[in-house]
Amino acid sequence: MAENYTTVLDDALNWARKYSLFSYPFVTACCGMEYMATAASKYDIARFGAEFPRFSPRQADLLFVVGTITERQAPVLHRIWTQMAEPKYVIAFGVCASTGGFYQNYGTVPGADQVIPVDVYIPGCPPRPEQVLDGLILLQKKIQEGTTYVQRRDRGELAQKGHDQGAARELGPDGKKRLPVVA
Amino acid sequence: MSKADLDKLTAQFPGAIVASHSRHGDDTAIIRTADFPAVMTWLRDAAGFDFLVDVTAVDYFGRDLRFEVVYHLRSMQTGSRLRITLQVGQIEDGPAPEVPSVVALWPSANWAEREVYDMYGIKFAGHPDLRRILMYEEFIGYPLRKDYPKEKRQPLIRRDYSIT
Repeated sequence: MAENYTTVLDDALNWARKYSLFSYPFVTACCGMEYMATAASKYDIARFGAEFPRFSPRQADLLFVVGTITERQAPVLHRIWTQMAEPKYVIAFGVCASTGGFYQNYGTVPGADQVIPVDVYIPGCPPRPEQVLDGLILLQKKIQEGTTYVQRRDRGELAQKGHDQGAARELGPDGKKRLPVVA
Repeated sequence: MSKADLDKLTAQFPGAIVASHSRHGDDTAIIRTADFPAVMTWLRDAAGFDFLVDVTAVDYFGRDLRFEVVYHLRSMQTGSRLRITLQVGQIEDGPAPEVPSVVALWPSANWAEREVYDMYGIKFAGHPDLRRILMYEEFIGYPLRKDYPKEKRQPLIRRDYSIT
């Protein structure tokens, strides 16, 4: 009975959460144009309850990683993710944020998931607004099902499987610890 | 463009020009490093090249003088363009190659020379603030040199979130 009650409550909470996403756009590259198109009136991301871009991570629960992440920016991205309000979700917007894209070089992180957990990957260079909205609907579905990273971590599923390597590598090139980042 | 500027430069500094050409209409002169400051000063003050478009470099790996530092000049009065090139080398693990800075002549050289230093490790003598400009301080090596390993990464931070 108690279990059943918790499940129903979670369903209601997840329903409320998935329709009231406050997004933080971490825009670094040309994908930003498509983000703007998605957010503007023609494609109107507000129809999905994700109307407000909050330009402070502390007021946001959805992080859009829009564009290429360089090694130099990676600590900044991780810090922004740690500053966001829980429960929080991450969408990798475009192929650069998903995998590094065609940038295979000394300066580019091969995907935002090398630094922060990503719930939905949107391919495309850049993706069309329809793809972005599709990705947002997919994220809403995952939130309702409780299968996003943060929800699974809070249920203890990921720690058992060893996915959250929280105390992972944090090295400078010379092997010394650099740029302490609060995990 | 006509070759007039190149001819004037050759007449003014006959001993300073290692080689020159006008391929694809781009007047180019390779200058001896020792004569470089005098040549650049003359180009700005007497020849009217008041605008330094860019400073960059090329790594011809395998040559004795493996680096070429390239200066693109433009005259706002006549519209003519000129490319000045320096050849410098580096003995393996020897001291970094060094060329004179032109920041005192064209302030726009400041960040361009820092970028060349960042990417190729070529030093500019007399630069007011020669630091890395694109890569982070902790980065070791010079990524656009041909002997920098293509797959080498120097991450500041990594977390294993790739499988969720």
